[in-house]
Amino acid sequence: MSRSITLGQYLPGESLIHRLNPRMKILALLLFLILLFSLKTYGGLTALFFIALGMIAVAKVPFRYFLRGLKPILYIVVFALIIYLFFTKGGVVLLRIGFITVESEGVREGIFVIARLFTLILFSLLVTLTTTPLSLTYGMSYFLKPLRYFGLPTEEVAMIMAIALRFIPTLMEESQRLMRAQVARGADFETGSIFRKAKSLVPLIVPLFVSAFRRADELALAMEARGYRLGARRTRMYEDLIAPRDWAVLSFILVLFSAALAFGL
Amino acid sequence: MVNRPEIIVEARNLAYHYPGEEATSFPALSGINVAVYRGEYLALIGPNGSGKTTLLKLFNALLVPSDGEVRVEGVSTIDEVEIPRIRRICGMIFQNPDNQLVATTVEEDIAFGLENLALPSAEIRQRVGEVARMLNLEHLLQQPPHLLSGGEKQRVAIAGVLAMQPGCILMDEPTAMLDTASRRDVNDMVRMLRQNHNIAVVHVTHFPEEAAFAERVIVLNQGRLVRQGPPKAVLTDLSLLHSLGLQSTAASELAALLREDGFELPSQLLHNRELVDSLCSLELKS
Ligand SMILES: Nc1ncnc2c1ncn2[C@@H]1O[C@H](COP(=O)(O)OP(=O)(O)OP(=O)(O)O)[C@@H](O)[C@H]1O
Ligand SMILES: [Mg+2]
Repeated sequence: MSRSITLGQYLPGESLIHRLNPRMKILALLLFLILLFSLKTYGGLTALFFIALGMIAVAKVPFRYFLRGLKPILYIVVFALIIYLFFTKGGVVLLRIGFITVESEGVREGIFVIARLFTLILFSLLVTLTTTPLSLTYGMSYFLKPLRYFGLPTEEVAMIMAIALRFIPTLMEESQRLMRAQVARGADFETGSIFRKAKSLVPLIVPLFVSAFRRADELALAMEARGYRLGARRTRMYEDLIAPRDWAVLSFILVLFSAALAFGL
Repeated sequence: MVNRPEIIVEARNLAYHYPGEEATSFPALSGINVAVYRGEYLALIGPNGSGKTTLLKLFNALLVPSDGEVRVEGVSTIDEVEIPRIRRICGMIFQNPDNQLVATTVEEDIAFGLENLALPSAEIRQRVGEVARMLNLEHLLQQPPHLLSGGEKQRVAIAGVLAMQPGCILMDEPTAMLDTASRRDVNDMVRMLRQNHNIAVVHVTHFPEEAAFAERVIVLNQGRLVRQGPPKAVLTDLSLLHSLGLQSTAASELAALLREDGFELPSQLLHNRELVDSLCSLELKS
C-alpha cells in the first residue's frame, strides 16, 4: 500500500525533457507563459499549441496524464466561455434570445482565451510531470536566491522543503497505521456529518503531532551528528550544471519570441 | 611506542549534567575515564538511564562536557572550530532508522554528510559509489527511504557515516527496532567494518549476545563506569549484571543454573556453542 503513495505528479523517464536542468525548465515555463500571453492571433496560438504537443511527444508522457490534469479546470472553462459569449460584443450577431445576444467577437475571444488556458496548462504539466518535486524545489530556490539579501535563508528553506518531501510518505504511513488501530477499536471515520467525521479524527491528530515532533527532534540531532550546520557552505552530489541542451532550449524559445515579434503574431 | 594501539576517542574525568537537572540525585555522567582504540570493538551496556546515549553524544560533540574533557584524535570537543572534523571522525548511528535518513533517495542520503563537508561533487559521487558497493546497497541507490526495510535503513545510515571515512562509529542501539534477520545483517556489517577497515565501533546494546562479540565491554550505572574488561570477564560476572537489572547471554545464564545444580562447567561460557561443547565433554567424561 505504501508503494501507492506518490508525491506530486512526477513520471520517471529518460527523455530530453526529463534531463533538462530544472532551473532551465522553470525559466522556460516562465518564458512560454509570457509568450502565450503576448500572442494576439489564432495563428500564433495554434503554433504554440502544436509546439506544446511536440514537446509532450518528446517527453514520452502518455497524453491521458495531461487530460487528467485538464479536468479540474473544466468549470473555469465553462464559466469563462459563458462570460465571453454573452458579454463580449462586436461582429455579427449569431444568436438572439430576447434582449440577450451572442455575437461573433464573443465566440472568437472566448475560444481564444480557452485555447490559451489549455496551452498554459499543457506547459505547466509538462514541467511537473517530468521533474521530481525535489528538483523543482531546488530549481525554485535558485530563483529565490536574491531574497537572501533581504534576510531570507533560501538554502535552509530548500532543505526544509526537501525534508518535508522525504517525510510526507512516512507520516502518511503512520497516519494510516493509527487509523487502522482506531478502526480496530471501533472508531468510524466514514459515516456521520462532517462535524462528526472531524471529531473522530482528533484521536488521530494528537498522536500524529506528538510523533512528528519527536521525529523532528531526532532528525535534527542526526543531521547535526552528520555535520550539518546552519549557514555553513555545502556542496551537492549532483552539480546543478547547465548543459548545451539547456542552452538549445533557451535559444529555441528566443527564436519563437523573435518570430512572434517579426510576424506580429 | 611501537605496537601501542592508537587512541581515537578519550574521555578524561568526564562529567555531564543536563541543563536544569542539577538538582536530581545523580548527574547523567560523572568521573568517566575511558579510551577507545583504533579498530577496537567496544560494547557499552547498562540499565535504562545509565548515561550510554549521553556518553555517545559527548563523543560526537553533540554535547559538551560539564566537567573534564573528551578528546577525539587528541582534539578537545570544546573547540568549536574543530567540530566538523570531530563529527567526521566520530560518526553516529541512532536507534530509530526512520528518523535519521534525511534525503529523498538512498544515494542522496549517503551523500548528505559529504555534502556537509563541502567536498567536490565528483568526489562525493565516487565515495557514495564505493560505499554502496561495499555494503551491497547498489540496487537501492535510487529508492526513497520509506520503501526500505528497517535493516536496509540502518545499513544506509551506516553507509552515510562510512562514506565520511571515520575512525570510529558510535552506534546507539542500532538493532533495537529491527527483526532478527535484519539484526544479524547489521551485526555482520559491524564486524566486517572493524576487520576490513580498522574502524573502531562503540556499540550501545541491550542484547548481551551482541556485547559478547565485542573485544571489550563497559558497564555504566547511574552515570558511573562500574566495570570494564573483556566480555569473558564482564558478562560472566552475573552477580554484578543481575544487581543492575541486566542479563548475560542465554548460554552464560544457563551455565550458571547448571553449575548451581552441580554440573562442573567452566565459568567463562558466553556463546551457545561453548556451552554445548562443554556439556558434551561432560557427557563423555562420565
Ligand atoms: N534531554 C535530556 N534532558 C534532561 N535529562 C536527560 C535528557 N536526556 C537524558 N536525560 C537523563 O540523563 C540520564 C542518562 O540518560 P541516557 O539517555 O544517556 O541513558 P541511556 O543509558 O541511553 O538509557 P536508555 O537505555 O534508556 O537509552 C537519565 O537519567 C535521563 O533521564
Ligand atoms: Mg539511550
